Amino acid sequence: MSILAVENLAISFGGLVAVDGVTFAVEHSEIFAVIGPNGAGKTTLFNMMSGLYTPQRGRILLAGEDVTNTPPHELARRGLSRTFQNLQVFFRMTAIENVMVGRHLHEKRNVLTHLFTLPSVHRQNANTRARAAELLALVGLAEAAEKPAGSLPYGALRRLEIARALATEPKVLLLDEPAAGCNPVETEEIDAVIKSIAAQGVAVILVEHDMRLVMRISSRIHVLDRGRTLAEGRAHDVRSNPAVIAAYLGGAGAQEAARAVD
Amino acid sequence: MTRLLKNPLLLVIGLALVVALLPLLLPSTFYVRVVALVFINALAVLGLNLLMGFAGQVSLGHAGFFGIGAYAVAVGPTHLGMPTWLSLICGTVLAALVAFVVGRPILKLRGYYLAVATLGMGMLIAMVVSNEAQITGGPNGMPVPRLVLFGWRTAGPLIWYWISGVTLVIGVWIAINLIESPTGRAFRAIHDSETAARVLGVDVARYKLIAFVLSAAYAAIAGSYFVLFDGFVTPETASFLRSIEFVVMAVLGGLGSIFGSIVGATILVLLPQFLTVFHDYEHIVLGTIIILFLIFLPAGIVPTASSFFKRRSA
Repeated sequence: MSILAVENLAISFGGLVAVDGVTFAVEHSEIFAVIGPNGAGKTTLFNMMSGLYTPQRGRILLAGEDVTNTPPHELARRGLSRTFQNLQVFFRMTAIENVMVGRHLHEKRNVLTHLFTLPSVHRQNANTRARAAELLALVGLAEAAEKPAGSLPYGALRRLEIARALATEPKVLLLDEPAAGCNPVETEEIDAVIKSIAAQGVAVILVEHDMRLVMRISSRIHVLDRGRTLAEGRAHDVRSNPAVIAAYLGGAGAQEAARAVD
Repeated sequence: MTRLLKNPLLLVIGLALVVALLPLLLPSTFYVRVVALVFINALAVLGLNLLMGFAGQVSLGHAGFFGIGAYAVAVGPTHLGMPTWLSLICGTVLAALVAFVVGRPILKLRGYYLAVATLGMGMLIAMVVSNEAQITGGPNGMPVPRLVLFGWRTAGPLIWYWISGVTLVIGVWIAINLIESPTGRAFRAIHDSETAARVLGVDVARYKLIAFVLSAAYAAIAGSYFVLFDGFVTPETASFLRSIEFVVMAVLGGLGSIFGSIVGATILVLLPQFLTVFHDYEHIVLGTIIILFLIFLPAGIVPTASSFFKRRSA
């Protein structure tokens, strides 16, 4: 049984069909990339999978259970978390506090004990902080722990979002352009982080424009174009698929590219 | 200075010391009275700040909850024969209950829409107390029986200074506890990005409601104290203008700053006392001062000051 499966998923906005009948399944420990030209529907697909949009057709199965109309916080409880292409960092909180929010589901949430800060709340805060510090170290942000998130550079914020999503202890992690705006060194660091996350059994699904990163780390690639599935397969197969090349480069470019591949 | 502001427990102890020692410095009961009013207003603003400054949800109707607390201690003893302390508790619970029932639908709204919905709620409460004349005395208001504690009638500014001062210290302590807890982190997360909070497992609707109910309870207690101190309650207690005053105090002192709530309340209570020299133009001067503050210190007094000291020490 796949840890996450989407079946025939579709949504439209006004007259525009953003995602039209997409189907795939992802296994534990897999790194699964969703690629496609701008406007292909990748982020829309992610928004449906994470419960932010309600699909008009199709099903989403998490660990075999239908979670199609489940709200995001409930999905998080069942083991699905994500990062955002347009950063959604808690800018007024420190880096470590951002990650601590990710521990929310693993904390006792009795408001009355919070009002009077019983010793158990103190202990819990210390545990949460320690776990958050470990995760910051994992993504290379240990130094920045006490800095306001708003003061961190772009690449660091991307990694901060990964650490924060990991704090929920997901079984499925959706990464929306984790390397966008990062320099080559930072990209390589993210590369290593993603691999180590998958090695721990997490299914990683990523949307990414950096093709070198995608080709290097993905076990399988799913190509979207104008909301429809164009191809799915291993990196090598997808790269030489004429339809994929056509979608990226246009008809004339595809002929050029086909000659170049030969 | 910044380190002092950083350690939250020191703030509570500091405030307790100020409350304990201030009466020695105040030259007359007039000042004791004014400071007691500062404490009472600060209590309401503190709750509002949890909602607006931390959870990021605006309310232009908090005088409604203030009014519920106020009328509870008037109506309870007069019409129902309940002791004042019990009426105060019932009023607080009632305000929290109203916040719970009203909050569930309206907290789905955001920004201006939420502002208008809370404004309507506040006005509705003011209309109810002004129209139910047999119970509330209508627009003329009604006297509030004195609080009797352990057979002791609490009249006079000094007693109310102590009651409101101690309550404020406890209120600050509770607010600080909350902010440094998973609930407080959820509030602040919702303020910065609701979407991210939801994806991380925060039940956004629940935490908005918690903030709303809690802030209503703070306002209701403040309202009870306010009219018990005064000995009289009128519908003006729940007026729209008072809601605005609370918001201005919170913004002036600094949204998201516990200490700022007290500073904001202090300024807005003190200014009219000292502006009496301008008598006829008092409101114009007050309005101008507020506008100037909001233009030049948009982050509020305490956050601006603390970042100034941080930069100096860096």
